[in-house]
Amino acid sequence: MIVELGHFALVMALGLAIAQGSLPFLGASRHDLALMRLGSTAAVGQFACITLALAALTNAYVTSDFSLLNVYENSHSTKPLLYKVSGVWGNHEGSLVLWVWILALFGGAVALFGRNLPLPFKARTLAVQGLIGTGFLLFMLFTSNPFERLVPAPLDGTGLNPILQDPGLAFHPPMLYLGYVGLSVTFSFAMAALIEGRVDASWARWVRPWTLVAWVALTLGIALGSWWAYYELGWGGWWFWDPVENASFMPWLAATALLHSAIVVEKRDTLKSWTILLAILAFSLSLLGTFLVRSGVLTSVHAFAVDPSRGVFILALLVIAIGGSLAMFALRAPAMQPGGHFAPVSREGGLLLNNLLLATATATVLLGTLYPLALEVVGGAKISVGPPFFNATFVPLMLPLLLAVPIGATLAWKRGNLMGAFRRLRLAVAAALATMALYLVLATPASLGAALGFGLAVWLIGGSIADLAARVGLLELAPGRIWQRLKGLPASAFAVTIAHAGLGVLIVGITASSALQEERLLAMRPGETTTIGRYEVRFAGVEEGQGPNYSALRATFETTRGGRPVATLHSEKRFFPVEGQPTTEAGIQTTLWRDLYFVLGDRTPDGAWAVRLYLNPFVVWIWGGVGIMAMGGLVSLLDRRLRVGAPTTAAARRGGRPGLRTPVGA
Amino acid sequence: MRRLLFVVPALVFVAIAGFLAVGLTRDPSTLPSALLDRPAPDFALPPLPGRDEAGFSRADLGGGPVLVNFFASWCVPCRIEHPIINRLAEAGVTVHGINYKDKPEDALAWLAELGDPFALVGSDQDGRVGIDWGVYGVPETYVIDADGTIVHKHVGPLQPRDVERTILPLLESLKR
Repeated sequence: MIVELGHFALVMALGLAIAQGSLPFLGASRHDLALMRLGSTAAVGQFACITLALAALTNAYVTSDFSLLNVYENSHSTKPLLYKVSGVWGNHEGSLVLWVWILALFGGAVALFGRNLPLPFKARTLAVQGLIGTGFLLFMLFTSNPFERLVPAPLDGTGLNPILQDPGLAFHPPMLYLGYVGLSVTFSFAMAALIEGRVDASWARWVRPWTLVAWVALTLGIALGSWWAYYELGWGGWWFWDPVENASFMPWLAATALLHSAIVVEKRDTLKSWTILLAILAFSLSLLGTFLVRSGVLTSVHAFAVDPSRGVFILALLVIAIGGSLAMFALRAPAMQPGGHFAPVSREGGLLLNNLLLATATATVLLGTLYPLALEVVGGAKISVGPPFFNATFVPLMLPLLLAVPIGATLAWKRGNLMGAFRRLRLAVAAALATMALYLVLATPASLGAALGFGLAVWLIGGSIADLAARVGLLELAPGRIWQRLKGLPASAFAVTIAHAGLGVLIVGITASSALQEERLLAMRPGETTTIGRYEVRFAGVEEGQGPNYSALRATFETTRGGRPVATLHSEKRFFPVEGQPTTEAGIQTTLWRDLYFVLGDRTPDGAWAVRLYLNPFVVWIWGGVGIMAMGGLVSLLDRRLRVGAPTTAAARRGGRPGLRTPVGA
Repeated sequence: MRRLLFVVPALVFVAIAGFLAVGLTRDPSTLPSALLDRPAPDFALPPLPGRDEAGFSRADLGGGPVLVNFFASWCVPCRIEHPIINRLAEAGVTVHGINYKDKPEDALAWLAELGDPFALVGSDQDGRVGIDWGVYGVPETYVIDADGTIVHKHVGPLQPRDVERTILPLLESLKR
């Protein structure tokens, strides 16, 4: 009964989405208030309906209702509760429910919190959002119904892929979708602006909080996925340039570019059509990611079940959404007048450079992801594009970008002074050079790449702090004055410092974990001792154990340093009988400076065990750095100007747009 | 002229959508190889140093149906597939491995950790042999009959379903 209710709620949601995707357009062009307001009502209603559907599906999972095909295929009665719930989105149909639920969540949020938007603009934004919802609800109801019944109901389910039964992965999809789908709001704002033919500072301010929310969620979602891959896949790597990882990374790169270019629109009223294009591209790349994961065009660990009819449907959605919006862009964007001019060396210039490099990087990743497919289609040689391609193309693009970050953030708007910027940053320059020199002297063998990496990291962290210090007059003014200036700085100034410093922390992690990693592979007998780095590791032995839905072989490693105990680590090989699959659980001890990461392998015929020991220096800085970047995004959300909207004087000067807090005709 | 610039993104997308549309008509996991039903190409690969001295070459094929599995330690799907290869080997199927674009020491560590189901392993460090075989991306598994002819190609990780429905019946029919 509850299941049928959920199914019915989805159909209701489709009806509301169709209304939301059509009537407000009509209302906005006819200045019909009632029709325009309908957009908000429909958006909230759609959210309520999909919430009901999601709750019904979750209930079926929690109560192990195997009369539902979806539950039967992806769950089992002995699975822990957390994974029963996360099983809802651990499959194609259920993850689509989550997808449209988040879409409706954002639609509802725009309806409720977008009070400072002019009514016609808000109506058009919500209508675009409704159209996206319509497409996805149609897709779900026609090709991927999560509420399909199974008669007769089986006694138990077939389980969830054990590699997905993990806390990190339980939260990775919702976070990632929050980012993917959050970009739909930016997209809808861009489309509404194209329809109205106007992009200005206030538009940039309205979009900013939504872009920030999506960016923060996407950042955290990608980090969770990478963290999971690190500790679950059991070989110490944290990024694999897998097509599906790339699918989430491309929208992130585009969204990062968008965050930066929207600042230029807001402050200087220029780069407008470029910003609109980025808003379209960021969401288009999210849609492309959805297509890649679900159509079966590429094979990957993440790929859901292959079904050609689904692929055709998503491709049609893609063509309508992306093709339509880019066609609209081609028609309407040329009419937008470019705004103020600026010198190449200026804040705008720096942000433009940032955008060019990020856009090129996005294109590179796109090329690497689609190249095997394209080559295959035109009948050329068959190849696979792996990490070597991305390391050879992506990394060189990042070097100038990272080098430019602190300088760009220091430059003044319109016309900057490069020498002045360097004077501000002289301590950071010195620290970076000193770090490189220190590394080259101390490390044996030293690699130039690693030296560059550490230097850039210190440059980023030092540069962001130096810029903030210069702004408040540290080293120049009296403490009282510094405090006053500090209080006077907008939240966005701190956000820039935090996010850019986080990037530096991330670079430390990446450089150290790839350049300084130590790895030992050996066969050990119980009781034997070996060393890795400065640690002595004693292999105590292997015993058998039992988990809730798996059996395990559990190895114990006692680690000491200079005779003093450091950690006792357990590495497991688990076997999941329901799914018939094994997993490995590495024994990991994380500290700020290094991870001990021990993996148990197979038993050799002579009674020893193959073990793999890693010493990963600074690896936690990778996720810490990403977390700090996301925190920068959150701090930026606190900025006052996002809440008060654009100053009325600016709007009045342009004419036409009435007071921003009063809707048209109200 | 400036207007034309704004059409470029749409044109690029049309090209991408075209590729995706053609790509959809092909299922990558059963992608027919250009070499299907032809003799396996000639090759002679060095061993993974430390595993054995033999290596793996064209001359080792023939005499009975075998599987040839292209794998790499940097390949995540291979890791998922590997237990299935192990079980195939335990069930008495002869599986040879070609280690594709990989460092031998990484491959050895990988095999030590996950188990080594392979009868023979050749190290294809520069991917030359992979190109001759038409490897699209690892993992890929080929079924070779007793005459050394490629009779089936599976792209992507083998799933239990593929083994039961395709690989095992095919091997059974080849034995007769």
